[in-house]
Amino acid sequence: MNVGPHSPFDLPIEFWVGPVPVTQPVVTTWLLVASLAILSFLLTRRLRIRPTRTQAALEILVTTIDDQIHEIIPAGAGDYLPLLGTLFLYLLCANVSGLVPGVHAPTAHIETPAALALIVFSAVHVAGMKRRGVGGYLRQFARPSVLLLPLNVLSEITRTFSLMIRLFGNVMSGEFIIAIVLGLAGLLVPIPLMGLELLTGLIQAYIFTTLSAVFIGAAVTTMERKVT
Amino acid sequence: MTIEIISIIGAVVAVSFGAIGPALAEGRAVAAAMEAMARQPESAPTLSRTLFVGLAMIETMAIYCLVIALLILFANPFVHAR
Repeated sequence: MNVGPHSPFDLPIEFWVGPVPVTQPVVTTWLLVASLAILSFLLTRRLRIRPTRTQAALEILVTTIDDQIHEIIPAGAGDYLPLLGTLFLYLLCANVSGLVPGVHAPTAHIETPAALALIVFSAVHVAGMKRRGVGGYLRQFARPSVLLLPLNVLSEITRTFSLMIRLFGNVMSGEFIIAIVLGLAGLLVPIPLMGLELLTGLIQAYIFTTLSAVFIGAAVTTMERKVT
Repeated sequence: MTIEIISIIGAVVAVSFGAIGPALAEGRAVAAAMEAMARQPESAPTLSRTLFVGLAMIETMAIYCLVIALLILFANPFVHAR
């Protein structure tokens, strides 16, 4: 069956490094990571007490992310700012990069969201074990009764899975709809949809980061608070 | 009916029926949030943040259906011809 645009589950391979195929999302991710890193290095090279205009803008960005994380994670939120802030900035650039001509958003292929969800999954458990001790953290899965242990473990896995599918589905469906409308209608018609895709990319980056913060917050606090 | 036609019907049914529940739920969630914001405008930032996260949760159900539909259409294990 060959309908409309190519399948969203196909992975275009760019080149081979020995036996390892390097796919298009990986190359886009490398470019994004490199440009973000170089940009951050250049912008934070000369920090002053009296900030220049760019430094003030950067400080607003960082403090906004920090405040949001502080509202979600009650204790020791500063430890998680590097991870969550990087996730947000990367996801923002990755989701929006699909609108640049010739570039496909890396998050529109299921592998990138899967990798990010795995990072969040490990970060949640490492953070929980660091703050509450291995035994104390693992004991919460057998609460309120040992009978619920399989369900608690299952909920850990399914919420990570839904984190992955949510990001993938939203970004992929946006690109897919734009491709279909472009094939049906022509040149200028998909522009409103691209505006919508910009909004979706921003909201999905925010939601992915917020949910990661909520999961970490639930793991590090002793309260039994679970989302999804 | 060939397997292709059955797959297309399956995808249509998955998306159409799968969208009903999330649509109703999102409507109720937004209506409740609007009411709460009208009563207490000072709690609007917290409410809208929670609303966005909740809407994303609800929307995930519809996205699951969409992913299943696309799997049926593009990665169908019963259709071998490409």
